[in-house]
Amino acid sequence: MSTRIRFVIFALGALGLGALLVHGVVDLPSFGNYPGPYGDLIAKLAPKERHMVNTVTAVVFDYRGFDTMGEELLLFGAASAVALLLRERREEDVHGVDDRVTSPAVRGVGALAAVMLLVIGLNVVSHGFITPGGGFQGGVILASAFAVVFLTVEYRAYREIATTSFGEPVEAFGAGAYVGLGLVALGFGLSFLQNFMELGIPGRLSSGGSAIFVNFSSALAVFGGFLVIFSEYIEENMRERHQ
Amino acid sequence: MVPLQSVCLLFVALGALAVVVTQDVVRQAILFSIYGFSLVVLFVIFQAPDVALSALVVGGIAYPLVLVSAIARVAAQRKRK
Repeated sequence: MSTRIRFVIFALGALGLGALLVHGVVDLPSFGNYPGPYGDLIAKLAPKERHMVNTVTAVVFDYRGFDTMGEELLLFGAASAVALLLRERREEDVHGVDDRVTSPAVRGVGALAAVMLLVIGLNVVSHGFITPGGGFQGGVILASAFAVVFLTVEYRAYREIATTSFGEPVEAFGAGAYVGLGLVALGFGLSFLQNFMELGIPGRLSSGGSAIFVNFSSALAVFGGFLVIFSEYIEENMRERHQ
Repeated sequence: MVPLQSVCLLFVALGALAVVVTQDVVRQAILFSIYGFSLVVLFVIFQAPDVALSALVVGGIAYPLVLVSAIARVAAQRKRK
């Protein structure tokens, strides 16, 4: 294809995209102006109706819990696809792999950071209905604690605490528990994933009713999912280094 | 608040441009983490701390780790050939 034809095709595409962009931006509400009633309503209703102070998590795990289930299963599918594509033949033997991290300072700081990340992750998960965060964010933080172990301490230490056979059941249990909680609500004669427990006092760690369990199961699913993805990529690299 | 927001938006726009313009993949991955961090600051300033937390862990740790390990794999394969 000559440069000229390429340029003509690019110009046509750019013009079309530009026109669409301008068309889309013109009708936007002005900067900082929120027109919809839904957000304001939720902000007023969630603390009274669901006893949850952080309304974002209230929407994610209670009002729109079904949508979040879709996202959960999406991550489940992604992790499964990564495992399916990369896990063709696995080296079980990890002896002879050279570990690049030798500085004791890096190892020390890394181990400390991993422990801190674990604590922060659990904190973010459990305070989901009170402060910003929740199952998704906390789950990724928990998984990244393991990634830090790999990056700073050593591969063998990582392999000992996070084999792929460790991440998979965690992920599967989390995703299954999420769906299971929805079915339990159905069993009580409520809608799918509807809150079926006592809501507790707003602002307390125990507030939120059965959505607490939804929150924790999504944390497990996300934690396991990211762990599976990390492990597959890391194993893939280690196999390369091994040969 | 508006000047702060404009500065943040500008940083995000510049960061995104830098990521796209960079040719070397390793540099691109590092620049992407910096760009991800500028996004985190943007979310905090626009009062969306929940989104900021997600962006922090996914853009700062998860995505770069996957990206860097993929780059390392390709580099090792090229070296063998």
